[in-house]
Amino acid sequence: MTVTEKQMSDYRRREESITLSQVEQSTEATHEELLTLNFGPHHPATHGVLRLLVTLQGEVVRSIKPVIGYVHTGIEKTAEDKAYWKVIPVVERMDYLSYYFNAMAYCGAVETLAEVEVPKRAQYLRVIHLELNRIASHLIWLGTSALDLGAVSIFLYCLRERELVLDLFEMSSGARMHTRYFQVGGVMEDIPVGFAEKVREFTKVMPARADQYGAILNANQIVLQRLRGTCPLDADTLLGLGVTGPLLRAAGNPWDLRKAAPYSSYDDFDFKIPVGTVGDNYDRFAVRVAEIYESVKIIDQALDGLPEGPHITTDRKVALPPRHELATSMEALIHHFKLVTEGFRVPPGEVYYPIESPRGELACFVRSDGSSKPARVHMRDPSFVNLQALSHMAEGSYIADMIATLAMLDPILGGIDR
Amino acid sequence: MPDATGLELLAKELRESEGVEAILGTLHFRGRATLEVKPRNIRAVLARLRERGYTSMMSVHGVDYYPHEPRLGVHYELLDMSKVDRVTVMLRVPTEAPEVDSVTHAGPDGPGWPTADHQEREVYDMFGVEFSGHPDMRRILMPEDYEGHPQRRDFPVGGEPVIFTHSEHESSGVRR
Repeated sequence: MTVTEKQMSDYRRREESITLSQVEQSTEATHEELLTLNFGPHHPATHGVLRLLVTLQGEVVRSIKPVIGYVHTGIEKTAEDKAYWKVIPVVERMDYLSYYFNAMAYCGAVETLAEVEVPKRAQYLRVIHLELNRIASHLIWLGTSALDLGAVSIFLYCLRERELVLDLFEMSSGARMHTRYFQVGGVMEDIPVGFAEKVREFTKVMPARADQYGAILNANQIVLQRLRGTCPLDADTLLGLGVTGPLLRAAGNPWDLRKAAPYSSYDDFDFKIPVGTVGDNYDRFAVRVAEIYESVKIIDQALDGLPEGPHITTDRKVALPPRHELATSMEALIHHFKLVTEGFRVPPGEVYYPIESPRGELACFVRSDGSSKPARVHMRDPSFVNLQALSHMAEGSYIADMIATLAMLDPILGGIDR
Repeated sequence: MPDATGLELLAKELRESEGVEAILGTLHFRGRATLEVKPRNIRAVLARLRERGYTSMMSVHGVDYYPHEPRLGVHYELLDMSKVDRVTVMLRVPTEAPEVDSVTHAGPDGPGWPTADHQEREVYDMFGVEFSGHPDMRRILMPEDYEGHPQRRDFPVGGEPVIFTHSEHESSGVRR
């Protein structure tokens, strides 16, 4: 029995009267239309307070304009108002995941200016802490990136291992983050009894844990589909944009300052540089995970070959005298007083000291005018330069791939804004 | 880094191709080789150095040489990856006419250095050096309506009132 017009309910009649053609037409039109979307600065997937003005055509990203400066705290300006050794805590707060690297770049620059020789033991201790820090930084990157891709559990595993590293930092310096462990001329204190064993325990467990991350993520079809072949960029374009670090190595250029221009005795250690082939998001992911294994190798070798000797330069004009000398030596007391009040003076000049941070070339430019405060401290932060590559990588891809690319870029906004 | 002799040879070569007055001086200090160039020759000198193998620009940053004149300096850190060699090119401009050609875009003297985009904006923001020809010469770290260039040496530290809950009513533009 067919339903006649009269038998239909009022609702059904009204429903029938609607012509859908107009609606369908307008949805088609929106695919042609451009939509500008404000993304961030408080979006969790921006890894900080990054704001992106994204122009979309349907789901395809047509242009990306990063807007930065939300956590600009004027650290470079602050540094000009402090004695050389008091600058270390403020520069550590720039890139807040790789604080040892910031301190290393700054201390290295000041040491070059003042021609301070760093004892071999201090260099090895620095390498141990730098590589532990690299692992901790990569763990945070891996955990948060996987979170962006929808894999929640890996975040908890990564933070579990990062806790072990932070415990080690606490053991050697008393602080878990922003440790101020590196000083001009060496490190603050020699490692405590039992530290080496604790590090060994960590280096023993870490490769197995990294294997587990690989087992989780490399068998995860969603993660693989979102990473493989998405947003690749070739090495030449990356170099033109000044991109360094894992992003450049993922594209096949094996540039690593630890090998190319070794500092702090990196040439004593045997390690490999992981490189990618096509430079897509999967390569960026794989290169960083492989770097964790290499860092473990370096730490083990540095512990094996840890030389005896002082942990900081014996030049009393730059480094504080040991505490026990203050009670017996007048000279030590004077040096102590002079360093704590005025600080040491550095001969006038300019240096640019580059090191390999977890994100690329981190360099510190220091200009001295001969006084006890630097006349200019500038950090060439890799995140700041690498961010320029985002639009080149993600334009023309889907917005979901842009999120994955941003995660693989690993920007740290504290470093970008400084 | 080229050694002191290498730097002089490099400077000589650049003087021959770009004119004697293009290179104002050389400095070899603590293993860092610096070429000081005339501001209007910057693009040409960087292009010549690119031909010499310094194909990567690692950093562009500003310096204020107060109280020396000309006050504002811009440093370009170049890198030759195959020889693992670095050279610094620097120029100085006075605060009255702080204008430098931007190196971001390609021109008749060769391809540009896209990496300088954000970094030139930072130098403009912090020191007030204006890069002519830059595609997007705006502030990058400070708010767009900010006045002054905070990294200049004569810019005071802590010269800005901070709004707290207890002092909110004293600040202009805040009404309760």
